[in-house]
Amino acid sequence: HIGLTEKLACYSWWSHVEMGPPDPILGVTEAFKRDTNAKKMNLGVGAYRDDNGKPFVLNSVRKAEAQIAAKKMDKEYLPIAGLAEFNKASAELALGDTNEVIKSGRYVTVQTISGTGSLRVGASFLQRFFKYSRDVYLPKPSWGNHTPIFRDAGMQLHAYRYYDPKTCGFDFAGALDDISKIPEQSVILFHACAHNPTGVDPRPEQWKELAAVVKKRNLFAFFDMAYQGFASGDINRDSWAVRHFIEQGINVVLSQSYAKNMGLYGERVGAFSVICKDVDEAKRVESQLKILIRPMYSNPPVNGARIASAILTSPDLSSCSSWVTKSQHAWHHLVEIQTGMRSFPSLSF
Amino acid sequence: AAYRTDEGQPWVLPVVKKVEQKIANDASLNHEYLPILGLPEFRANASRIALGEDSRAIKENRVGGVQCLGGTGALRIGAEFLRRWYNGNNNTTTPVYISSPSWENHNSVFVNAGFKDIRAYRYWDAAKRGLDLEGLLEDMESAPEFSIFILHACAHNPTGTDPTLEQWKQIAAVMKRRFLFPFFDSAYQGFASGCLDRDAWAVRYFVSEGFELFCAQSFSKNFGLYNERVGNLSVVGKDTDNVQRVLSQMEKIVRTIWSNPPSQGARIVATTLTCPQLFAEWKDNVKTMADRVLLMRSELRARLQALGTPGTWNHITEQIGMFSFTGLNPKQVEYMIKEKHIYLMASGRINMCGLTTKNLDYVASSIHEAVTKFQ
Repeated sequence: HIGLTEKLACYSWWSHVEMGPPDPILGVTEAFKRDTNAKKMNLGVGAYRDDNGKPFVLNSVRKAEAQIAAKKMDKEYLPIAGLAEFNKASAELALGDTNEVIKSGRYVTVQTISGTGSLRVGASFLQRFFKYSRDVYLPKPSWGNHTPIFRDAGMQLHAYRYYDPKTCGFDFAGALDDISKIPEQSVILFHACAHNPTGVDPRPEQWKELAAVVKKRNLFAFFDMAYQGFASGDINRDSWAVRHFIEQGINVVLSQSYAKNMGLYGERVGAFSVICKDVDEAKRVESQLKILIRPMYSNPPVNGARIASAILTSPDLSSCSSWVTKSQHAWHHLVEIQTGMRSFPSLSF
Repeated sequence: AAYRTDEGQPWVLPVVKKVEQKIANDASLNHEYLPILGLPEFRANASRIALGEDSRAIKENRVGGVQCLGGTGALRIGAEFLRRWYNGNNNTTTPVYISSPSWENHNSVFVNAGFKDIRAYRYWDAAKRGLDLEGLLEDMESAPEFSIFILHACAHNPTGTDPTLEQWKQIAAVMKRRFLFPFFDSAYQGFASGCLDRDAWAVRYFVSEGFELFCAQSFSKNFGLYNERVGNLSVVGKDTDNVQRVLSQMEKIVRTIWSNPPSQGARIVATTLTCPQLFAEWKDNVKTMADRVLLMRSELRARLQALGTPGTWNHITEQIGMFSFTGLNPKQVEYMIKEKHIYLMASGRINMCGLTTKNLDYVASSIHEAVTKFQ
C-alpha cells in the first residue's frame, strides 16, 4: 500500500494529455515571432497594419480613450448583458437607427467577448433553444475557428459551396444549388461582408436570391459580421445583406466584432443580436442569453465597450466616414478585385 | 458583492489610477491581440502571487497560468479542461463536490462545462454557526476516488467561515489518501485578512504536500478591477512537461470561448506586480480595504452585544472576508428588508462592505429589532 502511494505520488493526472497542435491562424504569428530573419513579414493573422507594417490605433479611439479617462468612472461590474449604451449603438450600427426592428424594439443585443465570444454565445443559444436542428452550414471555406466554436457548443458542421478556385470568385451557382438542398430549418451561416478567408462577397442581386432561397427553405440565418465599414468603407453598404434579409422577414441572429473596424482587437469588443418576433420574445431571449453568459465569464470587460460606445454615440467621433475611412486610408488600393483585408491568391495548398 | 468606502462609494484603488495613467501615457502600447493564454507577465506574476515568492513548484517550472475573464472565466476554463482530460477522456460522470452553501454560480459553471454529477459536501453548521468539519471530512471519505472538490481558498462565500490551519491539514490528508482533486477558488486573496501570504496559506500548503491542483484566481476584489475581468487559472502539475501539455490543451478550449483575453486589466495587474514600489502601494491599498471590513465587523459585534441582542455574535468577527452569515432566519430577513429597508440575502448573508460608520447604529438596532420580534 505504501508502495502504491509512492508510485502514485510520481504519477500525474495529465500523463495522457496530448500536446495540442499550434493554432492554425494564431500559431502563424507565434512562428513569425520566433523567426530571427530580418526579412520576415507576417501575412497571417487578421490584424490591420499601416504602410510601415505597424499596428494602427485609430485617432477616434485615442480621442475616446482620453474622454473616458477624464470622466474618472468606476470599475463596478457591468450587467451580464454588458454596457447598455454600447448594445444599443451596436444594433443601430448594424441595422441603421431608422430600422423598423430598432424602432419597435423587437431585438436583443448583448455585449460579447469580440466576435469569437459572440459566435460562442450564439452557438450555445442555438444548441439549447433551436429545437429544429443541430446542423450548421458554413461556407466552404470559412474562418478556421467557426468549426471548433460550433462543435464545442454541441452543433454539427456541414458546408455549402462558396469559393470557386477556378475563377477565384464566388461560386454563386454552386452556393444556390447546395443551399436549396439543405434540410429545412437548418442553421446557415453567412459572412455579412469581406468573407474570411477568400475576400469574395456576393453582389447585392446575388444576396437577394440567397435570401429568397433561405426564406423558401425556412433556414435559420446566422450572420457573422466582423468587418462592417472595413470592407467597402461604407457602413451601410457592408451591412446591406443583413438588412436585406431582415426586410424580407427573416429574423436573423448576428455576431459583430469591433476588433478590426475599430482596431480594438485586444479589448475584446463584440455583440450578439437576435432579431425577434416582438418585444416580449426579445425579453425572454435576453434572459436566456444571460443565463448562458453567467457561467462563462459572468459579465463582459468594460474598457473596449466604453471606447466603442463613445465613438458610436459621439457626433464628432462617429460620423460614418470619419472613423471608418481613417482606418482604411492606407490600403484602398487593395479594394479593387477583392474586398476586405484578405486576398485569396490562387496558390495550390 | 463589491467593496464600498466609508462613504458607501465604489473605490478605484489609488495604485490602479496611477497605473492606468502610466498605461495611457505609454505611446508604445496598442490594442493588439494578446496571446491565447494571455499576457505572459500577468500570468507568471499572478501565479507567483498565489503560490508565493519562494514557491518550489514555480522554481521547478511546473506551474502554468491561463489569463481568464475574472474568477468565473478561470473556473469555467478549468472545468472545461477537467471534463475533457481528467479521470479519463471526456468523463462527464466524475463527481464534482461543491460546498453547502457556496457561491451559486459554481454549480452552473460545472453543469455548463458538461459535468453530470454535481454533489454537495457539508460545510456550514447552522446550529453552531461554524464549520461542520466532521461532516466535511465524512463526505470526503465517502466520495468516490478522483472526485473533484471545489475549495474556497479563503473568505468562504457566503459563510465567511474558513477552516483553521490545522483543519486544512486534516482536509489535505483525506484528499491525498482518497485521490481527490483540489480545485481552489481564490477570489479574495489579501482582501480577507489584509495579508496576501496568510490568505494563500491553504493553496500553498496543498502544493507543498505534492498535490496537482487548479487555482482559479480573481483580481476583481483585491484590485477593485471588477469590470475589467481579470482572472488567472494557475495550474500546478508534477513536472514541466505535463504542465506544457495541459496549457496547450487549455489554448484549444480558450480559442472557442473567447479566443484571447482582454488586455486592459491584465496590464494594470502585471505593471503593479512587477514594480516594487507599485506592488507595495497595492498591498497597502488591499490592507486599507481589509482593515475597513475588519473594523465594521468589530463595530457591529460590539453594538449588538451592547444592545443585548439575543444570541451570540462572536461569529461576526470570527468570520472573514466580504460576507457574514448573520444567522438571521427568513422572517427576520424579511423584516429587515420590508420594515427597515436593509437589503440582504434570504440566507442571512450580508456584505460587510455595505456597512459604514454612519449606518452601523441603524443596522445594529434593526438586527436587534428583527431578532427580538421574530424567533
